[in-house]
Amino acid sequence: MNLDFSDDQKLLRDQLRRFLADNCPPSKVRTILEGPEAYDRELYRGLAELGVLGAAIPEAYGGVGLGRLELCVLAEELGRVLAPVPVASSIYLAAEFILTAGSEAQKSAWLPKLASGEAVGTFAFAEKPGRVTPGAIQARVEGGQLRGVKVPVADAEAAHVAVVAARAQAGEAARGVGLFLVDLSGPGVSRETLSSIDPSRKQGRITFDGAVAEPLGAPSQGWSTIEHVLDQAAVLIAFEQVGGADRALEMGRDYALDRMAFGRPIGSFQAIKHMLADMYVSATLARSNAYYGAWALSTDSAELPVAAATARVSATQAFQHCAKNNIQVHGGMGFTWAFDCHLYYRRSNALALALGSQSEWEDHLIERLRRQNAPAAA
Amino acid sequence: MNFDDTPEEAAFRAKVRAWIDANAPTELLPELKTARIGTSGVTSVDPMAAGKAWQQKKQQAGYAALNWPKEYGGGGFSPIERVIWSQEEGPYAALGAPFTIGFGMCGPTVMAWATEDQKRELLPPLVRGEQIWCQLFSEPAGGSDLAGLRTRAEKAADGSGDWIVNGQKIWTSGAQHSDWGLLISRTDPNVPKHKGLTMFFLSMKTPGVEIRPIKQANGDHGFNEVYFTDVRIPDAQRLGAVGQGWEVSLTTLMNERMSIGSSMSTGFPELFALVESLEIDGRPALDDSRVRSRLASFAVRSSGLKYTGMRAITALSKGGIPGPENSIGKLVAGSAMQEAAMFALELEGEAGVLTGPDVQAGGRFQEVLMRSPATRIEGGSDEILRNIIAERVLGLPQDIRVDKNVPFKDIPTRGRG
Repeated sequence: MNLDFSDDQKLLRDQLRRFLADNCPPSKVRTILEGPEAYDRELYRGLAELGVLGAAIPEAYGGVGLGRLELCVLAEELGRVLAPVPVASSIYLAAEFILTAGSEAQKSAWLPKLASGEAVGTFAFAEKPGRVTPGAIQARVEGGQLRGVKVPVADAEAAHVAVVAARAQAGEAARGVGLFLVDLSGPGVSRETLSSIDPSRKQGRITFDGAVAEPLGAPSQGWSTIEHVLDQAAVLIAFEQVGGADRALEMGRDYALDRMAFGRPIGSFQAIKHMLADMYVSATLARSNAYYGAWALSTDSAELPVAAATARVSATQAFQHCAKNNIQVHGGMGFTWAFDCHLYYRRSNALALALGSQSEWEDHLIERLRRQNAPAAA
Repeated sequence: MNFDDTPEEAAFRAKVRAWIDANAPTELLPELKTARIGTSGVTSVDPMAAGKAWQQKKQQAGYAALNWPKEYGGGGFSPIERVIWSQEEGPYAALGAPFTIGFGMCGPTVMAWATEDQKRELLPPLVRGEQIWCQLFSEPAGGSDLAGLRTRAEKAADGSGDWIVNGQKIWTSGAQHSDWGLLISRTDPNVPKHKGLTMFFLSMKTPGVEIRPIKQANGDHGFNEVYFTDVRIPDAQRLGAVGQGWEVSLTTLMNERMSIGSSMSTGFPELFALVESLEIDGRPALDDSRVRSRLASFAVRSSGLKYTGMRAITALSKGGIPGPENSIGKLVAGSAMQEAAMFALELEGEAGVLTGPDVQAGGRFQEVLMRSPATRIEGGSDEILRNIIAERVLGLPQDIRVDKNVPFKDIPTRGRG
């Protein structure tokens, strides 16, 4: 039994925590939140130099070929400090799509650049409000040209390359949807950044009007590749959420120890203590579930669909719970722009929607448990 | 990360599995699988006799108290070996229900505070299942505020050094079956409440001890009241110094919370199986998105506890000490099982009101509904557990206690005048 990170991975965590304490204080998050910059380029370059962007990318493609547990460690630390960088879009999603489905030429062209941070990738999936189902995808590729509008797309403005889900030639793609790789510097691409609840990770719209789109993987595999990579990313986003939940809990605890009211620290009142204890419970359950996800992710387990949904549902619940009650513990001060509570509240609610909402993942979880419990078909 | 045993662990697991296959009362297995909280589920034979027989067999092989020292009847095994044993013992563990308090709470306290002679006398029969222990702590006036207890122990007037005990205990599990009791009492009402307590052990057959069953809200009789009228206890049966009872009791309480929390289930697999068997408007209930959403919230609490436990086992396997995350077990499981029972009844519609073996799931959820309020109170109420997490894990200050430095006899006892 070993449901824990290795000593080397813990060393990596300590190293990342120190690096991020120096290079990603809340002021850096605010610079992106309040300003026009798409992301913190200096921080992203620093992460690339540490080699962590390429942690799960093979050495043959410019990565360091460690593994996905190292990505879990990275994700938790980025989540703790709300790092305003496009790691989720570029590494958990774009790089994984290319690794999973890309041709040799596509891997060689893009993975080294994504690992070095020279290029940023993203995944363009949603087109309108509501759950993204195959039927909800209207973007279409005909004759190698992509037409359609994707919104919201995380890091739309920062990205150099996008993995796009679009309708393919009739009869070719499973459920009608295939994956395509689009170089965003080419013609037929226009982009704009949109306002969102968490501008510390920017969202945008990409309009494709005849952009050159190369197929990424066999069209018949498109939808199952999407499901698989979203499951992988769900575990990593869960670690970001676990990191954020822990930090929000610490902020609430620290404030409860320092803030006096009625002649005593507010942390001595049971109303506050019990709220913080419940936050600890949520954060602990989420961490344990995330470890289950990490195990499934790192071992390519057949349990990944269940484990990813478990990790995701639990982490979303915990981060939202801790971030909203962190404001509550802070009282009125927690609702000021100057305090950092709202940064965590924003991120917790934005991450709750990334990769699909809580109810979608709850749905996935139960459907997958049902399949896992069903006796294997004879 | 992996869920595999080390080679040593795998060898130990194979050894105990073979031993259980050869020695366990397999004929009782169908009944044991229906066990409810705190009972073995066995009705075809006397459950106490079956429990004692299994206990004795286990003791001979060292599996009755795995991590206790051999000189006190234990097996001298490591914490991780104890975990492996309990995974392998599975449903047979329910046979040990009458001994849980002795193993989990009284035994560790005796081991920490009794004399060497007393330990050699008292602990081996406990391990063999020959003698049953109960814990005489809570009182009508002192539950969560345990230190507010009123049962008095006074030095006998005859100069013998014996103590004379008068008062009343309540919520004593298994008192009617017990040979020994661990008793906390007040020996000095003139000092603040925590300082005037003293711990004893006594034979439950001592004259003046009277046990009355409590009829619980769910109709069962698991708990008792125990009355003490001029009960004489020799001073040699005192554990710790006079006035040190609070400190002694903490040994018991920490073991109580660990032993209850570590083995609790939320009942999620049973709930999932029930939902799989139900329909809503001619369609499987599992297709309903509201049902899925509620079910998912139980699923993640259940798996969260499971993997929190595995993180603790990981720490033990590496020779370390589990972290504070295990303090969440009973707090999470208590509420989860209660809410799951309510949800199960809701899914059954109006039929959810019916009880008995012929209703859905054999009436399990109706039973859990009626038993679960106690789970959220016994062994530390939800509120006490939140205080413990807040204070010991998060480092928040204690609540301000208005009775802290007041002599016990001067503490007010009535709320309204």
